[in-house]
Amino acid sequence: MQVFFQTFVNGLTAGCVYALIALGYTMVYGVLKLLNFAHGDVYMVGAYIGYVILQLFGGAHGLSIPVVLLLFFMFAGASVGCGYLGVAMERFAYRPLRNAPRIAPLITALGISFVLENTVLLLFGGFTRSYSTNAYIPFSTGLDFGGVRIDIVQILTIVGSIAMMFGLRELVNRTTLGKSMRAVASDREAAEMLGINVDRTIMLTFLIGSAMAGIAGVMSGLAFNQITNTIGFLAGLKAFTAAVVGGIGSIPGAMIGGIFIGLCEAYSASYISSEYSDLIVFGILIVTMLLRPQGLFGQRPLQKV
Amino acid sequence: MTDDPGQPGADSDANSEGRPVRGGSIGVDQWVAQSGDRHDQGAGWRRVLAQADARVGWWPRLALVTIAGLAFAQVSSNVNIQTVAFNSLLYALLAMGLNIAVGWSGLLDLGYIAFFGFGAYGYAIFSSNALGTGGVGGTHLPAIESILIVVAAAGVVGVVVGLIALRLSGDYFAIVTLFLGQAFVLAVNNVDPSTLGGVNGLFGLDPLHSFGVTVITPLDYYYVALGVTVIVAAVLHLLDTSRTGRAWRALNDDPLAAEAMTMSVNKLKVMAFSFAAMVGALAGTLFAAQQDNVFPTNFTANILILIYACLVLGGVGSIAGAILGGLVVTVAENMLSSPTDAAYLFYGLIIIALIAKVRPWRSLGYVVAGVIAFGYATHAIVGAIAPVATAGHPGSPGWIGSVMNGFVIVPKNPQNFGNALYLALIVGLVAIVRLRGIRQLIAVIITIYVAACCWESRLIVNPAITTQIMLGAILIVTMAARPYGLLGKHRVETI
Repeated sequence: MQVFFQTFVNGLTAGCVYALIALGYTMVYGVLKLLNFAHGDVYMVGAYIGYVILQLFGGAHGLSIPVVLLLFFMFAGASVGCGYLGVAMERFAYRPLRNAPRIAPLITALGISFVLENTVLLLFGGFTRSYSTNAYIPFSTGLDFGGVRIDIVQILTIVGSIAMMFGLRELVNRTTLGKSMRAVASDREAAEMLGINVDRTIMLTFLIGSAMAGIAGVMSGLAFNQITNTIGFLAGLKAFTAAVVGGIGSIPGAMIGGIFIGLCEAYSASYISSEYSDLIVFGILIVTMLLRPQGLFGQRPLQKV
Repeated sequence: MTDDPGQPGADSDANSEGRPVRGGSIGVDQWVAQSGDRHDQGAGWRRVLAQADARVGWWPRLALVTIAGLAFAQVSSNVNIQTVAFNSLLYALLAMGLNIAVGWSGLLDLGYIAFFGFGAYGYAIFSSNALGTGGVGGTHLPAIESILIVVAAAGVVGVVVGLIALRLSGDYFAIVTLFLGQAFVLAVNNVDPSTLGGVNGLFGLDPLHSFGVTVITPLDYYYVALGVTVIVAAVLHLLDTSRTGRAWRALNDDPLAAEAMTMSVNKLKVMAFSFAAMVGALAGTLFAAQQDNVFPTNFTANILILIYACLVLGGVGSIAGAILGGLVVTVAENMLSSPTDAAYLFYGLIIIALIAKVRPWRSLGYVVAGVIAFGYATHAIVGAIAPVATAGHPGSPGWIGSVMNGFVIVPKNPQNFGNALYLALIVGLVAIVRLRGIRQLIAVIITIYVAACCWESRLIVNPAITTQIMLGAILIVTMAARPYGLLGKHRVETI
């Protein structure tokens, strides 16, 4: 039973990270009907920005500032950096393609993903970098429920991402920006005619989505320690699966889908085989798409003729 | 492979006789879309040339390409060049196959690499000692048999996967197939390492052998690849202009309308997916036979992106474009891996971009003079302040390196400096796009200088990474500037 609950905690942590990435997928897809394959690589860049900030303040073993301040700088740096990366991506790569054939932005996304991955490879080299979280946030500072450990980073990840999810939901439901996002999502031309600044709305959507991916990158760096330039690809795929399972375009769907995928992955890794956990996630995606293509929370889109 | 649809009236006349118009144009919309192009053909000799070009049929063009290919084999004696030529034909073949799914029927197939891998692994299993030597279960087939079996099997697998995946539309299909490619690599890495070799791959494959001829040297493989490419191109062209080809295009333009016209949309999609799979597998068998071994890393997403680069660069939907794309991408990739050629390519591209984009000529003069003056001035100033900063040597060998020596700043230990310059280069490119007028010119001057410094101190040291970054950038830029590729045609998109 102890293994079962420990797996649950670990799966929940991974799931929250996937959920944060999936939120970006879902938001962009909702507003632009665009699958931003490069989103997973934004997450990877976020993890590296966090790593650079850690090194700037003396590295894991010679930290020159308090840990709380370090965490603040890491999250702030990653969210700002990735947010602007997302905005730049939208402005220079996707905006010229608004009226291009459907396939064009997807190929562009492949290209962006390739450029980002190899840029990081050029700047940081191919080997694994480690956050060495244990050195400044010891694993022993956590909660212990009869052998089931939840360390402080896991609590931070879980609580932080759930808080961000609720914040995002409030943003979309209550604010003017949220209203214009929903308007652009349901009909871009009509929204433009009603005086909504469509370009600005799309830009802000990319900003928020990418900033959350950056935060997810730092969280995963802290929680799982190791980062390489290729983590974005698989994480992006899994986050996409999460978004689809939850129903693409739905914010609670992305959150629950992410946690579901994280748990499935953790349980299949600890009870079946870690090599096949990716294939099992893939199987979930296929089954979901065949049985309920609109996902758990999505609505079946009306087909316009 | 060009088409001259003529008048719309002539179009429908030809169709009513049941004879497809060459190039398979499909209607008034397209005719209207192309009227601008026809206008742009201009007057005088250009128009005459364009009309003469349009009169040449598809098979003389293909014959011409074949003769050019054969002539090339006669003049080249360098084994490396022959291998590059083989690879470019391989990528042309792969791009042609991908074109069936992506270009003609509009299915964004991101799992194509799995079929390439399927073909290669299939050949590796049947035509080597992977299944043991002799006896029961020790199957070791002749090359030609295993190629036929593998290609047919790929077709069947394509139908099965297609039937599942095509219940999804558009973007969902893309991501499921992307996962399929990933799953293939995972599977060959982990399933039954004793047969599939795991991470170590399979080796000791038979060379191609049939009709008493064994194909061993790179030149022989080049001939085989040339033959296969020409045959596949011919078959695909006939397919393209057939009833099925036109149905695919209709499907790509508007699936709902196609369905309303009683086309069986799902059958057509599965067919396209499966045909693409077969061409991919065929290319895979050639690849495996030539390479003599297969590894899981031969079939990663990087190769997929390379194939997409070929297709997109040449023009989605065009067979000639796929072949041209395969040639351009492979040659460019190969040039980038040699420092001297890479330097030519890099500076050549900068010069071409300047000539093509900077107008009027006066500005071009300012830019060139500005870059030279700015470069030497910066080098002199930095050298006077801190001699260490210019102590390094440019990465380019030969005369380019000696020219650059007094021009670019390369410090003793260029790695971190180069990384910073790389980031500065990205900022500079953004600035060029955003600024206008005199500021833009200044940004261009500084960016070119930064690019040269970054190239000499960092990029050329890691040719593999540089290649990949440039390929990704090419994809992005091509899509933004010319979404239909070099030889692609503008199509009317119905929304």
